[in-house]
Amino acid sequence: MRLREIKEILKAKVLVGEELLDREIYYACGSDLLSDVLAFAKEHALLLTGLTNAQVIRTAEMIDLLGIVFVRGKKPETATVELASLKKIPLLSTHLPMYESCGRLYLKGLRGCSELSDA
Amino acid sequence: MPEENPLVEMEREIVGGDFQRAGDVSSELKNILQQAGFPAPFNRRVVIASYEAEMNVVIHAYRGIFRVQIYSDRVHIEVDDEGPGIPDLELAFQEGYSTAPPHIREMGFGAGYGLSNMKKCSDRLHIDTRVEEGTRVIMDFFLPSFMKG
Ligand SMILES: Nc1ncnc2c1ncn2[C@@H]1O[C@H](COP(=O)(O)OP(=O)(O)OP(=O)(O)O)[C@@H](O)[C@H]1O
Ligand SMILES: [Mg+2]
Repeated sequence: MRLREIKEILKAKVLVGEELLDREIYYACGSDLLSDVLAFAKEHALLLTGLTNAQVIRTAEMIDLLGIVFVRGKKPETATVELASLKKIPLLSTHLPMYESCGRLYLKGLRGCSELSDA
Repeated sequence: MPEENPLVEMEREIVGGDFQRAGDVSSELKNILQQAGFPAPFNRRVVIASYEAEMNVVIHAYRGIFRVQIYSDRVHIEVDDEGPGIPDLELAFQEGYSTAPPHIREMGFGAGYGLSNMKKCSDRLHIDTRVEEGTRVIMDFFLPSFMKG
């Protein structure tokens, strides 16, 4: 599923990375625990999170995430957006809460990180 | 047999509590590994372990020195910190055990997965620690022979 489609499904705003919306996303994970993301997320995944600090971008960089969706209308500070821009990590923001965001994407066929091996 | 010289060596400082720069060292290491042409899955586990070790210094210690030596077929990392040390290493390795304070948890860290993740990502992990002095983390990563060349 392309990021562009994810943007539509979640009625999300693009904070940075408009030019990267053609990226193909194969699976996603939703978490507010960066420790968990670091330990369990697969590469080239999409992260849905309620965290907006700069470490989210750092973590995304380390594990090669393809994009981040901030849920519940959250938006990071400018410095964080700039870091994401530098690292070519597109940022989206949706008003939907975590559960609904993940649920909508899953219903449309976007699988979870732990399902990678049987994909 | 003489020791093979590293292709790249790097030494950086890590400052405890400096969340502005936390991750800079691992980010730099990631770029170096990519430029050196190592395969992505190998880089990924080096960088994740490096970032966990870097964050542990930022979160739990006062300051640290990060040293890395990159060879044609392996990566050696040493992270030496001045800090409180780890009184019970076995306990610290348990997933879910963390002494991270609330403000760290609010950032999304402090779930107590770092050390076990470092063990999972590295081929060799050794920790020396002295209470009220500091901690030294030594990690080795070997490039599998099918990935070489
Ligand atoms: N460099 C260090 N200096 C002092 N104590 C440390 C150091 N590294 C780890 N510890 C201790 O070991 C515990 C477990 O470390 P670990 O990295 O597994 O989890 P964490 O850092 O608390 O959380 P996470 O890594 O999941 O964000 C820490 O909470 C801390 O008490
Ligand atoms: Mg840790």
